[in-house]
Amino acid sequence: MTVIAPQSSAAVTRGTGRADAPGGPGSARAARLRRRIGDNLQAYAFLATGLLCFALFSWWPLVKGIILSFQQDNFVTDPIWVGMDNYTAVLDDPLFATAWLNTLEFTGLALLFGFAVPFVLALVINEFRHAKGFFRFAVYLPVMLPPIVSVLLWQYFYDPGNGLFNAVLSGVGLPTSDWNQSPKMAMISLVLVSTWSNMGGATIMYLAGLAGIPGELYEAAELDGATVWQRIRHVTIPQMRFIMLVLLLLQIVATMQVFIEPFQLTGTTNPETITVMVLIYRYAFTINHDFGMAAAMSVLLFIVLGAFSALYLRLTRKAD
Amino acid sequence: MSSLTRSLISDADLRRGNGRLIYRLVLGTLAVAFVLAFIFPLYWMVTGAMKTPIELAQPSPTLWPTEWHPETYLEAWRRLEIGRYLANTAFYALGGWLIQLIVDVAAAYALSKLRPILGNVVLGGMLASLMLPAAALLVPAYLTVAEVPIFGVNLLNTPWALWLPGAANAFNIYVLKRFFDQIPNDLLDSAGIDGAGRLRLLWHIILPLSRPVLAVVSIFAIIGSWKDFLWPLLVLQEAEGQTISVALSRLASTGRVTNNEMFAGLAIASIPMVVIFMVFQRSILNGLSAGALKG
Repeated sequence: MTVIAPQSSAAVTRGTGRADAPGGPGSARAARLRRRIGDNLQAYAFLATGLLCFALFSWWPLVKGIILSFQQDNFVTDPIWVGMDNYTAVLDDPLFATAWLNTLEFTGLALLFGFAVPFVLALVINEFRHAKGFFRFAVYLPVMLPPIVSVLLWQYFYDPGNGLFNAVLSGVGLPTSDWNQSPKMAMISLVLVSTWSNMGGATIMYLAGLAGIPGELYEAAELDGATVWQRIRHVTIPQMRFIMLVLLLLQIVATMQVFIEPFQLTGTTNPETITVMVLIYRYAFTINHDFGMAAAMSVLLFIVLGAFSALYLRLTRKAD
Repeated sequence: MSSLTRSLISDADLRRGNGRLIYRLVLGTLAVAFVLAFIFPLYWMVTGAMKTPIELAQPSPTLWPTEWHPETYLEAWRRLEIGRYLANTAFYALGGWLIQLIVDVAAAYALSKLRPILGNVVLGGMLASLMLPAAALLVPAYLTVAEVPIFGVNLLNTPWALWLPGAANAFNIYVLKRFFDQIPNDLLDSAGIDGAGRLRLLWHIILPLSRPVLAVVSIFAIIGSWKDFLWPLLVLQEAEGQTISVALSRLASTGRVTNNEMFAGLAIASIPMVVIFMVFQRSILNGLSAGALKG
């Protein structure tokens, strides 16, 4: 079969239709229509598997999640519509507030470290005339590790009895800690390992942004007598504002879905570190075996995160 | 260095007065800090596996194993069946990569070059899925995989539970489509007149031109599936079929594993990723940087 790129196919068929159409304009139109149907069928044949995967595993779960949040389903008999019951059950759960507050605490602390530290590091590394490659490699190395490896490794570091951290702390005469096993330090412990394993990505992206700032801007600022600090404030930060905002949104969305750190380090029953995702996991798969409640909680999380995601997409699409 | 490539602090400033000394000091301090923070933990993991459990249990950790026991790696491989989980993970990663590539390249090609009716609506629907936080879809996605609508099959405990949802990757389709969009249509037209079919155009013209983007998509697909934890934890519950991450998490909570064997398991799970990073460092970091600049 002859294939012509779709953008030009209409023009070409029109041309040939006029030139050799003994049956008159009617049959030419029919041939054109057949051609267009054929083109579309072919295109959808290429799209079919992708469309099916999205329909089944992305679009349908969204719909199903919303339906499920208004149902009670034991997966044996037909599901029953229960109105807002799942939502009221979730809101009445004393762990609801705990989970959201813990998640906010984690996100807040993670931003404190994970937003500021990579920026400062990138700022310094970008000034280096040597060994930049080493710094880029080292900071990104933990990002490559499977997250469970990082978390399990840090679990050994945190060990109050024979862990590396306490050994170092007592070695230099500082007070030791029970880290993930102490209620006070549990959340900090989760944030530390999460920051360690994830900050490489942000650092690399900031470095890319910094490399793109035109040198003339610094040149001009320096001629105007701007100090280094003033150059950072009036040149670097304004130039980086967009990428900083994008990374801020991405980090909020990512850290609010935190799961693996509390799951492995402090367990799903520790009230100090139950996050929204841990609570969803508990509702669905461990304690309650109640998919309706899990779905209701998921919808609430979805609404909160969806707002940030939408903002992110608007920002980045506009920049295109 | 020319003034065009200068950064915050000029070369001249770095050479002047204390500039050079301060520069050396900051560079040295940060280099040491980076070695301690990012390289040393890996050293600790690799050598920890070679210490005895007794040495590991001492309250004062040793920097250097007093007795070397490299055979722990073999024991962990055999006793913890690390080999099996490693093979599982590799199988899921490679299969998932292949399916992602086939499905997403075909979709991106159709959306970029074949432009069917409602193509933009389809693309919009796919991109909208980027807005859906994976976590919020976890429970309904799990139930969908347990009983796939229309087909009525149960994919739990099969590789398809990872592969098919993984193929619905809007990010891949978006990146591929953007790249395909830049390939001039004239190139396809001239080949098309020679009678090449659509599949042949894709295979012989588009794909060879798209090698760089295919490489980046492939690397990130494999890294992504290697690092995945929560989804495989849910959909692969039979121990024999688990990924190495899920198996390590399960083994860690059984308490029947000695510390040195656990360290060996962690090291073995990391090696493929570290090797990939060393080989494809440039593609990975540049891919990330390009993403940052384009948003």
